[in-house]
Amino acid sequence: MTASAGIARPSRGSVAVRAAFATYVAVLVVLPLAALASQAFSGGLRALARAISTPLVFHALWLTAWTAAIMAVINAVMGTATAWVLVRYRFAGRRMLAALIDLPFAIPTLIAGVLLTVLLGPQSGAGGFFARHGIRVLFAPPSIVLALLFVTLPFVVRAVEPVLLELDPSEEEAARLLGAGNATVFFRVHLPPLAPAILSGTIRSFARALAEFGSVVVVAGNIPHRTLTAPVLIFGEVEGGRPAAAAAISLVLLGTAFLLLEAAKAVDRFTGRHHG
Amino acid sequence: MVEARSHLGEARTQSRWTAAPVLLLALTLAYLGVIIVLPLGALVVRAMSLGFGNLLTAMRNANAVHALQVSLSLAAIAVAVNCVVGVAGALVLVRHRFVGRRALDAIVELPLAISPVAIGLTFLLLFGRGGWLAPGLASLGVKLPFAFPGMVLATLFVTLPYTLREVVYVLREIGTTEEEVAATLGASPIQTFVRVTLPNVRHALGYGVLLTAARALGEFGAVLVIGGDITESTQTATTYIYAAIEERNAAGAYGMALVLAATSVGLLIGIDWLGHRRRGAA
Repeated sequence: MTASAGIARPSRGSVAVRAAFATYVAVLVVLPLAALASQAFSGGLRALARAISTPLVFHALWLTAWTAAIMAVINAVMGTATAWVLVRYRFAGRRMLAALIDLPFAIPTLIAGVLLTVLLGPQSGAGGFFARHGIRVLFAPPSIVLALLFVTLPFVVRAVEPVLLELDPSEEEAARLLGAGNATVFFRVHLPPLAPAILSGTIRSFARALAEFGSVVVVAGNIPHRTLTAPVLIFGEVEGGRPAAAAAISLVLLGTAFLLLEAAKAVDRFTGRHHG
Repeated sequence: MVEARSHLGEARTQSRWTAAPVLLLALTLAYLGVIIVLPLGALVVRAMSLGFGNLLTAMRNANAVHALQVSLSLAAIAVAVNCVVGVAGALVLVRHRFVGRRALDAIVELPLAISPVAIGLTFLLLFGRGGWLAPGLASLGVKLPFAFPGMVLATLFVTLPYTLREVVYVLREIGTTEEEVAATLGASPIQTFVRVTLPNVRHALGYGVLLTAARALGEFGAVLVIGGDITESTQTATTYIYAAIEERNAAGAYGMALVLAATSVGLLIGIDWLGHRRRGAA
């Protein structure tokens, strides 16, 4: 047997590796998800619809969606600004700042929640300030948005950075020679090629936010109709011995997040960019 | 390519510090300061205000030590398994052509879309009372829910995409030229893999391993649901913190949070270093 057969034509060994990998994925991912779907649909489609349309579940889904939406808008703007600063400016501490962007990927999300409760708790300066002015941050929706901003910080920055690095500087020079100001150059020259990357990163951060549990449960708790987000509600239903309801909400969240990730991938493919 | 890119990069960097760039830089720094640096600083200050001795005593507590050991074991298993699965799976997804490859490609990214709590729930449904695999497990005498093996499965589910994605990315970038040359020169498939493929993906693999370790150490929702947070049994470092917060055990909560945060920063330094090495090599 020639060695090149290992690449071109499947050898016995490569077929075995392929089968082993497919089995691993099937047992570890597909089987559990099938069990989840089966549990969610166990009472039929109508029972599933009823399970997710109670006021409690509806409020939890709505809270999850709108806090994630606010986070996504802030991320789109600040993520682009951060990528711009990291790529375009040279200043002391830039290298450290660049590394800091990835910290939310390395730090447990529960710890992100602990950090924010310490910062915003009544014993800290910031928490004291908010308390004096009657602004509720902890155990209220603002803390959910803050926690989501922490855990999704890298998404837009890391999506925009590579595109920004590859922009053709001659276009900007031409625009400036023609008398365009900073704002015109940004909106007419820079934003159009950056837009797909910003969109893709923002969609990914939104999808990630729909799943967030650890940080949110610590900063916002689980007050029904007030701070109970959908992932925290799933936990409550599991603890309360209602696996069917938990599975139904899980399936809605999973379906939405999956479609969003596919949409983000479609945006990446459209612009021929691989998301690394 | 790398030369040209960095040259262009220099040409495009800001040379005049007028009002607009200074404002934008200040805004970005303020934002990152509020979102990341300030909360981290607050934890360090609060933990230290409890006294270093108290923190150390809390961390020497048998429960805390056991919880940390459970987390480290889970991370070690996740890293070891994902090293093999990541490389083998990436080779299958990039180098093989077969029916269902696109579907497999989409499935391996699913763990990134699922809430950790839902992941714990799926394994409970599968192995818990009335689950599809519960009778089989009972006859084998294996206990998965509220036990270490269940947590291993949940952690493997969560960490599946990390090494895989990184190695897939590099294998796509480098193509098959080098492997074909090695084969033409008479190398066996195993020689080609060990001498050509593996060295090419080592930075990506290292990067994926650090992400896997960080993700496994920090996993909370999935291990909380499937493990049940039982003290000195299925309690992990993260669920220990959760329990300590509930019990108002400040030294335990902040001490463990500090240990995990410091570990994350250590892993981050490695991630950053390997990221630069990888970009330099690509």
